[in-house]
Amino acid sequence: MDWINAIVQGILLGGLYALFAAGLSLMFGVMRFVNIAHGDFIVMAAYGALLAVTFTGVHPLLSMIVVVPGLALMGYFGQRILLNRTLGDDILPPLLVTFGFSIIIQNVLLEVFSADSQKLQAGALETASIQIAEGLNIGLMPLLIFLSALGVIGGLQAFFYRTSLGRVLRATSDDQDTVRLMGADNAKIFGYATAIASAVVGIAGVYLAMRTNFDPSVGPARLLFAFEAVIIGGLGNLWGTLAGGIILGVAQTIGAQIDPGLQILAGHIAFLIVLVVKPQGLFPKMKG
Amino acid sequence: MSMSYTVQRSTKASRVAMTVGVLIVIGLALAPYWASRGDLRMMVEIFYYLALAQMWSLLAGYGGLVSVGQQAFVGLGGYMLFALAAFGGVNPILALVLAGVITALVAIPTAFVAFRLTGAYFAIGTWVIAEVFRLGFAQVSALGGGSGMSLPASIVRSIAESRSGREHLVYWIALAIALGSILMVFLLLRSRWGLAMTAIRDSETASESLGVETYVTKFLVYVAAAGMTGLVGALIFLQKLRISPDAAFSVQDWTALVIFIVVIGGIGSIEGPIIGVIVFFLLREIAADWGSWYLIVLGGIAVATMLFAPRGIWGLISDKWDINLFPVGRRLITEKD
Repeated sequence: MDWINAIVQGILLGGLYALFAAGLSLMFGVMRFVNIAHGDFIVMAAYGALLAVTFTGVHPLLSMIVVVPGLALMGYFGQRILLNRTLGDDILPPLLVTFGFSIIIQNVLLEVFSADSQKLQAGALETASIQIAEGLNIGLMPLLIFLSALGVIGGLQAFFYRTSLGRVLRATSDDQDTVRLMGADNAKIFGYATAIASAVVGIAGVYLAMRTNFDPSVGPARLLFAFEAVIIGGLGNLWGTLAGGIILGVAQTIGAQIDPGLQILAGHIAFLIVLVVKPQGLFPKMKG
Repeated sequence: MSMSYTVQRSTKASRVAMTVGVLIVIGLALAPYWASRGDLRMMVEIFYYLALAQMWSLLAGYGGLVSVGQQAFVGLGGYMLFALAAFGGVNPILALVLAGVITALVAIPTAFVAFRLTGAYFAIGTWVIAEVFRLGFAQVSALGGGSGMSLPASIVRSIAESRSGREHLVYWIALAIALGSILMVFLLLRSRWGLAMTAIRDSETASESLGVETYVTKFLVYVAAAGMTGLVGALIFLQKLRISPDAAFSVQDWTALVIFIVVIGGIGSIEGPIIGVIVFFLLREIAADWGSWYLIVLGGIAVATMLFAPRGIWGLISDKWDINLFPVGRRLITEKD
């Protein structure tokens, strides 16, 4: 039963990882852009939620009302003012600029909030659970996060395939230059893509703050989990990213079941195995 | 009217630089006789950062391999030194060299995995691999697990009897490694591999169509840079005499700072990392008690450099005066008859 429990908890943890990964997957899909500061943006959103809760005393879930639009706005203007300048054939500028952001964000958070570990108290939601069988309980919070991941990915999928902006974004993903010839403004489209990705980062950040302890240094590890989920699932496939998150989550909880020190290592090794065996990921939709 | 031409490699500037460079090196080699203990320590640091910066610039600036995981090889080199010296009974200086060789060997299978990814994904992939190394070494209880280990006192004494003797030896090794890293990049760039790398940097597809073995070239550059990085890692922890997974595989110390140095100084040149490392240490002296603001400012400068002067300080200098201190390129001199 321990093992079944580990797998079930891993699947639920995978939901959180899919939320981490969805924004990264979306930005790469549309712009071929990898944001090294992605994890630090998630942590920044978590601190945003902490501020909102501290100042207003609302339930952490409600902090999303401020955090999500806040992040979306930051994403839009950050992309238009700074990141659009780095896009081009050379991969160095976007990588190094976002790498610089990563270090800057970590140290600003450190200066403002100190290195103390933080966590948002979610009250009854934290301890409530549903008993499935003897020795197998599903926590309400992990379940809520998992369902949110399904909702976010389902929503993004619907947005991409049912709306006209979604169609433009998909077309941009296929061929940027042709889309521009058709009269679309790439700079604006990239801004929208980053705004949407950042809104998802906002949701992920609030859940991170509710589910685990966090401090200014935990961003890079979140980036790596997000990246692994994207690669395991296959580039350009959002449902694949969810599957990748679940595989990563299950690998980690199984590793932790063997030895608590092996949790993160087991996830990384699962990723490397997929990379060696199937470098295109398990469910690829486009070529990297 | 016919044109005759010659291909020129060295220039007046490069010959002057060579002479000045030799004088500087002689002065630096004599540093144990004129510099204070604290200065020597800092110069060792400058030398190993210079070597790391040269290796990163070689990978990213010429090989098109943007790695965020070079700390994997720094840490591995450090740990190999400790393992060989403490458990293999190998003389620490010999262990240092062996640590570099072993790191290069480990880089071969590592490259097979990392090269499954390209571009930006390669960058993050190398970071994952470095994390695997860090978490893996934290599991090895013989090497102190997560809390690490110190180099046993008997081994420290086997380097040299007196403390100053050890410090001088470490200093000369550091100087040799820094010069070695410059020489390595210089010779590599002047060889046919260097020509291949420059071609790959400018256009991978075009160079491949002209018969450049892009995969093999990148692979060799990656493994060679890893070996040198491992050697530097062994030196770093020979100076520190203590190692732990978090210190050995620190992305901030061994990759982030190195990237900032290269970006600010100028990527894809030998001069850039030299200038970058000087700027970096000057700034560090000024900002000694700024705490985390120091990294914020440094990161800000690096981001601004990347946005507004992507070829760094050396790029601005060489564009303005058209000079090259290290003759790695070729110039076409045409004369009208």
